[in-house]
Amino acid sequence: MINPQHYLFHTGLTSIQGPLIFVRNTQGVGLYERVEVLTARGDVRLGRVVFIADDKVIVEVFQGTEGLSLGEARVKFLSEPILLHVGPAMLGRVYNGVGVPTDGGPAIVAAQRLRIDGSAINPVRRDVPREFIETGVSAIDAMNSLVRGQKLPIFSGSGLSHDRLASNIARFSRLRGKQAEEFAVVFAAIGVTFDTAEHFRREMDEYGAMQRIALYLNLASDPSSERLLTPRVALTAAEYLAHEEGRHVLVILTDMTNYCEALREVSSSHGEIPSRKGYPGYMYSDLASIYERAGRIAGRPGSITQMPIVSMPNDDITHPIPDLSGYITEGQIVLDRDLDRRGIFPPIKLLPCLSRLMNHGIGKNMTHVDHPAFAQQLYSSYAQAHHLRLLSSVVGEEGLSAVDRQLLRFGARMDDVFIRQDDHRRTLEETFDLGWTLLAELPDEALVRLSDAQIADHIKPRRHGP
Amino acid sequence: MSRATIFWINGPVLKAHPEGNFQMKEAVFIGEDRLVAEVIRLDVDAITVQVFEDTTGLTPGMVIEGSGLPLAVELGPGMLGAMFDGIQRPLRAVASAYGDFIGTAVDVPSLDRERQWRYQPIVEEGVEVSGGYCIGEIEETPDLMHRVLVPPDVVGTVEWRAPEGSYRIDAPLVRVRSPQGVVEVAMLNRWPIRVPRPFRQRLALERPLLTGQRIIDTLYPIAKGGASAMPGGFGTGKTVLQQTLAKWCDADVIIYIGCGERGNEMAGVLEEFPGLEDPRTGRMLMERTVLIANTSNMPVAAREACIYTGITMGEYFRDQGYNVALFADSISRWAEALREISGRLEELPAEEGYPAYLPSRLAEFFERAGRTQGLAGEEASLTVVGTVSPPGGDFSEPVTAHSRRYVKSFLALDRERAQARFYPAIHPLQSYSEYVSSTAQWWQHHGGVRWAERRERTLELLQEQARLEKMVKIVGRDALPPSQRLVLVCAEVTVEGLLRQSAFSETDRYCSPEKQAAMLELIDYFIQRAHALVEAGVDPDTLLTLPVVRKLQRMGEDIGNDSLEDFDSLTRALDDALDALAPSMKGQLGAAKAVGG
Repeated sequence: MINPQHYLFHTGLTSIQGPLIFVRNTQGVGLYERVEVLTARGDVRLGRVVFIADDKVIVEVFQGTEGLSLGEARVKFLSEPILLHVGPAMLGRVYNGVGVPTDGGPAIVAAQRLRIDGSAINPVRRDVPREFIETGVSAIDAMNSLVRGQKLPIFSGSGLSHDRLASNIARFSRLRGKQAEEFAVVFAAIGVTFDTAEHFRREMDEYGAMQRIALYLNLASDPSSERLLTPRVALTAAEYLAHEEGRHVLVILTDMTNYCEALREVSSSHGEIPSRKGYPGYMYSDLASIYERAGRIAGRPGSITQMPIVSMPNDDITHPIPDLSGYITEGQIVLDRDLDRRGIFPPIKLLPCLSRLMNHGIGKNMTHVDHPAFAQQLYSSYAQAHHLRLLSSVVGEEGLSAVDRQLLRFGARMDDVFIRQDDHRRTLEETFDLGWTLLAELPDEALVRLSDAQIADHIKPRRHGP
Repeated sequence: MSRATIFWINGPVLKAHPEGNFQMKEAVFIGEDRLVAEVIRLDVDAITVQVFEDTTGLTPGMVIEGSGLPLAVELGPGMLGAMFDGIQRPLRAVASAYGDFIGTAVDVPSLDRERQWRYQPIVEEGVEVSGGYCIGEIEETPDLMHRVLVPPDVVGTVEWRAPEGSYRIDAPLVRVRSPQGVVEVAMLNRWPIRVPRPFRQRLALERPLLTGQRIIDTLYPIAKGGASAMPGGFGTGKTVLQQTLAKWCDADVIIYIGCGERGNEMAGVLEEFPGLEDPRTGRMLMERTVLIANTSNMPVAAREACIYTGITMGEYFRDQGYNVALFADSISRWAEALREISGRLEELPAEEGYPAYLPSRLAEFFERAGRTQGLAGEEASLTVVGTVSPPGGDFSEPVTAHSRRYVKSFLALDRERAQARFYPAIHPLQSYSEYVSSTAQWWQHHGGVRWAERRERTLELLQEQARLEKMVKIVGRDALPPSQRLVLVCAEVTVEGLLRQSAFSETDRYCSPEKQAAMLELIDYFIQRAHALVEAGVDPDTLLTLPVVRKLQRMGEDIGNDSLEDFDSLTRALDDALDALAPSMKGQLGAAKAVGG
């Protein structure tokens, strides 16, 4: 049902405020409808209807309102939501933040046009993610295992090596016992510098992985309101690759903090009542509409695994952005400035890390029957070591018992040997061996999370020589 | 029917010019697609509605059609084992009709109209009946007789009753001649979600809701008919704990509401529950469970409605005489939905942008819990357990602070414990339960006469541990006298041995009350003996090096509910090991233990 009036250009702009334009004399315009704004110089900017009252509408313009004037700008309502053209041969390409190729190659031949907002997967049609992904990173594989279809963010800080970790994971990851099925990678740069994006592209290129990656780039210099579209565009492409082409897709979104800043900016220009730290009250739902697009659908071969990067303002994990993200995602990998300063890569701060779906993907028939107890014991002992480290900084090591001193040493070895691995990929077997060896340095009484049989199988043999 | 024309659209909130009469909370339908919505504000020249579906593409001029009835759920057989969204659309049926994604304009009845149910009448013709009277039964599952009740507002004489047989849910089963005329009663009936279902009177709470979790049942019990809040920052294990309770608690019917939470989690519940057996009845847990899923990416207004949808279903089973437990995960997401709608209405906010009516809405919700005598005299209960997700883990925020005012069981989840993978990560000193005294009598019968005393002692020990830990931070553990180091040792054994419980260990995930009592007793016995030994000069830290103490700390996982006799052999092993430390004291306390019990 096309309303021909929608194809008319409107000139009734009454106001421009930040990313918003106010248009009057509109008829039959629908909520969240796609809008094209034509500037006096003839370039077209993408927008969307966000509020309607009688014959007035408010349009969010995603590519900036600079250079628009009330008299000259013209507005076209397109009677459909914002759609992305998806089709074969989307991998190996570079796009801008709204999904238009910028690498000089041909336009995507559209097999389908998909709404960039996606649709909620019916929970009864979801398949529980349970395929263990060997990322080659010990701290993740052993203690915070990633499974296909999970959304596991990296909580980081400015200047930390989250991008290096993300590209390592993108390069290293594979299912156990299989070589062929590597991830297709959708990389969405959201307000990051050209360097970051270029570095990632080069890394992948170097390892010959460029043919399985699609880059969506909204750079720091691009309009901030466009950042609201970039993750959605990237995820729409990922959904096509996963659900239609049957690929396993890893989506890296960097940096979600920039996305949230853009959300706050647009919200405040609407005059909305802010919640914590000026972020809109609906930020939880908004982030969920992005993160929840990870997963698997029953009966379809592909999957979407998400690895958003969230840089924590002032390294504060209670800041609304990491806080709300943590409530939606299925765990988090947290990076630590202290480890980074000590030159440990990846600087993964184990204690606040978590993988909620880990228990679906590890254990008997999947990794190793003793994997859950192994992870529990590593965590428990490492937490004790951490506690003792704080204690010994006050009372000195002399105030500690013999077992406590052993635990302290265990903690230090974990940092130096287990967490630290530089850019070297470890198989899960190597990770297990390393972890058991470190645990074997502790006495039985400190290994309460292991059964007697587990101690006999893994700990005892490692105590008495090779 | 009354109609209205849309002129204002802001996300899920619309305003429209009415023609005809609308009422507050009336269910309305929008446009040709008939999107479901609800009236939330009335003015002379405008109605305001919240839409429970995606509003993309709505335009001014579209017509809103009134229904004349408040937003209601369908009640009847067929809810158990099913999964619904926030406004009770059956998600399985929706998936078979509309595919993998949830679209708009879904037209599927909440309860299956085609299915036939085997019905056994109870009422005789000529009998006087009134609201709550059971006219007949359907064996919905081998463990649950679905009782067909006369709706609350009907009074009269049964003129006709259907014979035993198989019927669809909308088939009339009795005709009642009432002062208002003849009323037909079928299995299917409707009830407005925002109106609590009536009962005769509230009763005092007496019994614990046994959850199989030691730290809850033994330290901070939840009473059947009580209300509990579980606040905790992200990653503290709220959802796992909530699901663990939903699996193992001894209610007859479970309503599990995923309110604004993760889709994969709901998929996990759907996958896991059907394979789990109830440890008491041996039936599949899914057969007693109703799931409501309004995940975080589903429409926000439906999230606001979902807890009312759930609790109305809970009350319906309560009215049939069952003990119902409702789990809402999470109350905070519901409150945020309230805040979002309120913001779109440009209402004046109170704390942190939440509307000023947040506390009263929370009170209304938690007050729907209770132990009651139904209209026909049936005693039953509805327990409400809600998780709270405080921003930044800060318990002073409005949703946690106000929930606390209306619940009597407060289970605070602690990030530090969760990070050390200590589960359940309930902080023993920040949590409390006001149901201890009401459930003490039950425990006295099932946990032994000295149960309350032992529980008290455990709490004192944990308190003392917290105090001493502070001192250790200043002077070091070695500087403490042996008696105080002993307190730390005993507390460590209690925490590891009694309070830690693995939700993923098949032996430990559910702990019977008998096993809990045995563990509490054994720990208590260890503490008594340890005291005597330390007084006799044994160094407390050597106790931790005993292999048997390691066993004590692992007894939850090592000893099953069915092999309680293993506690006797563990006690003997403990005696032997401790005797070896101080041979001179042999026997003295062994005798004390025999008197205990």
